[in-house]
Amino acid sequence: MAFNATLEMNGSDAKITLSGELDAAVAEQFKATVEEAATHNPTNLVLFVNNLGFMASAGLRVLVFAKQKMGQRVSIYVIGAHGPVLNTLQVSGFHQAVYLQDSYPV
Amino acid sequence: METRIDFYPTHQHAGYKLRAGKHFPFGASLVPGGVNFSIFSRHATASTLVLYNKRASTPLVEIPFPDAFRIGNTWAMVVFDLDYETIEYGYRMAGPWDPIAGHRFDPSKVLLDPYAKAVGGRDVWGTPPDWSQAFPHRGRLVFEDFDWEDDRPLETPVEDLIIYEAHIRSFTAHPSSRVKFPGTFAGLMEKIDYLQSLGINCIELMPVFEFDEFENSRPSPLEGETLYNYWGYSTVGFFAPKAGYAATGALGMQVDEFKNLVKQLHKAGIEVILDVVFNHTAEGNELGSTISFRGLDNQTYYMLTPEGYYYNFSGCGNTLNCNNPVVRNMVLDCLRYWAAEYHIDGFRFDLAAILGRDPRGAPLPNPPLLESLAYDPILGKCKLIAEAWDAGGLYQVGSFPAYGRWAEWNGKYRDDLRRFLKGDMGMVGPLAQRLQGSPDLYGGGRGPTASVNFITCHDGFTLYDMVSYNDKHNETNGEDNRDGGNDNHSWNCGTEGPTDDPAINELRQRQLKNALTLLMVSQGVPMLLMGDEVGRTKRGNNNTYCHDNLLNWFDWNLLDENADLLRYCQHIIAFRRGHKQLRLGYFGNTVWHGTRAEDADWSAGSRVLAFTLDGRDMGDDAFIYVAANAYWDALPFVLPSLPVGTTWHLAANTGMAAPRDISALGEEPALEQQGSILVGGRSVVVLVGR
Repeated sequence: MAFNATLEMNGSDAKITLSGELDAAVAEQFKATVEEAATHNPTNLVLFVNNLGFMASAGLRVLVFAKQKMGQRVSIYVIGAHGPVLNTLQVSGFHQAVYLQDSYPV
Repeated sequence: METRIDFYPTHQHAGYKLRAGKHFPFGASLVPGGVNFSIFSRHATASTLVLYNKRASTPLVEIPFPDAFRIGNTWAMVVFDLDYETIEYGYRMAGPWDPIAGHRFDPSKVLLDPYAKAVGGRDVWGTPPDWSQAFPHRGRLVFEDFDWEDDRPLETPVEDLIIYEAHIRSFTAHPSSRVKFPGTFAGLMEKIDYLQSLGINCIELMPVFEFDEFENSRPSPLEGETLYNYWGYSTVGFFAPKAGYAATGALGMQVDEFKNLVKQLHKAGIEVILDVVFNHTAEGNELGSTISFRGLDNQTYYMLTPEGYYYNFSGCGNTLNCNNPVVRNMVLDCLRYWAAEYHIDGFRFDLAAILGRDPRGAPLPNPPLLESLAYDPILGKCKLIAEAWDAGGLYQVGSFPAYGRWAEWNGKYRDDLRRFLKGDMGMVGPLAQRLQGSPDLYGGGRGPTASVNFITCHDGFTLYDMVSYNDKHNETNGEDNRDGGNDNHSWNCGTEGPTDDPAINELRQRQLKNALTLLMVSQGVPMLLMGDEVGRTKRGNNNTYCHDNLLNWFDWNLLDENADLLRYCQHIIAFRRGHKQLRLGYFGNTVWHGTRAEDADWSAGSRVLAFTLDGRDMGDDAFIYVAANAYWDALPFVLPSLPVGTTWHLAANTGMAAPRDISALGEEPALEQQGSILVGGRSVVVLVGR
């Protein structure tokens, strides 16, 4: 399944919906979407990953980049993580730097 | 950043854009737009960077370093527009093949970068490798963007440490661990609560640097299962965490996973000490494989005989030439990297006596590597612990060059405690030394914290086996029971191995508690072997270096089966942590007793010793009295008198059945008889006066 990242601004929420497999080949595409979101100065960065089947190290690197790029003032929500994506977030410790939720808003 | 003039390409090769690189730091570093590669060889005549797509059998490209990219004995080059996620790299080095002169250059081989921060090739533990692979261990690129938040090394005072020696895979590989990712860093993370409940505050991890579990792997001659290089005391990549220990190793995320483990342990108040093996490498002797150092610059990295063979002070085929200045710097760079990038709290150096030998093997009076480590700024607060002996016969327990920093695994503590516990004659005097923190060894200004006290460690019997076997039983190692030490100072309590005899099993439990108690009331730094708190057995095997099975795995069912022992261990650890006078940073005043107060029997036939510590001078308002009776019958001990208004309370009595064998800290019942106490045969009593 081809990777896709779409950005939607909703007030102070920057919502990015990810699908497919997030590997090194497409990480730049994800990064560009995050950078575009940052230009809108959101309060919350909300990543919908329900349909993301896999996230390689490169994908995690973009999440780290997003946290550093947005700074402390922006809360990052990861919505619908499951399976390998959830495992990756948990064992790397990144789940502690974001809000892992099943839905948004709760 | 992309506009910086120093990051524009100046050269091209096969479509790859290049420029002269930065010579420091060595290794592969991510720079704007590319990757900086820097490699050392004093005797090579040319160097070629070899790039692969991940797991490909043939190179993506080979890029010879232009002459202009060499300064001194280092080659450095930036390659632009590489995909850091999919690239693997190595080097070909040209130079003389002249083994007698120490040179073994072979440009047909692709070599692993000694500074590689991640190594591919053994990504998933136990997956049989492709033996035809010409370049089995490959450098990979690493991002150092882990979010540590406010974490840093804990800097727990060394006298307060209680070390727990563990093996990553063994800790959770057993199905009874019920963790999501057995045998991994992530698996250990799920067991942090258990470590906290035990009360330890430092975990010492057996080797986690990249190694090859398939080095010298072979089928067991008895059972046919594969025997591995399981413990990992044979390093392939000194800067890389073992990928096969990571649940995410197949994704190349072992760096993140291990850093997260350290971070979570720190949050739980637990320090992390790494067992590091700088005495030799995985390349073996002249018949061994060429992975890295042998082909990069054999004469620099290894101690060689005048005939060009390998000195073998490690017992593993070769000896790293640690007091060569280049190798010394590599060791320093490595440990600085682990301290700075992984927030590691300390290091235990395997066969550390080797680190004090000169390039021909002679012991140095002032070893520059040991001095450099002691005074290094980044390592300035790290614990440095030496296994102060080597396989070449250099034994330095008590005399390891310390520079005010180094502690030692106290092998004499192990031997003397074992001999006292089994009832050997003439052991009361040595026991007194060990209980005080070994002033006979560390009295010259080093203090008791130079002594890491242990009765068991990964080498040798577990504590349960120490009281269950007289002799080693290493047949399953496939070496006709010749391997492993013979000086175990163990006693089986009446029969060899498992038994249904309740008297023997009761005695064994008592001896286990005796050992744990004496360990926890000794000055110095106690170290507990993984599983000893629940009576883990290796079935009498005292050298399980090769077993990926029940002989090494922690069976978590033992928490229920030996719940009394676990409870005892938790309480005796809490007792130590609750009494400052047991954790002095200096040699304090101990008053010795025998069965009569202030009248210790130091004769060769004596098997009893007691002592008191007056906490009023030691940051604690309690008195502590410990009586150890290694005689086979019960003996009455006259108690020393206490100041008016204070009374003796029973903290522990290994001669009593659970749960009366030990009390929770602060809940010790007062003794009915304040003048004396009957200490059972082969028992230890601990009282607290308050």
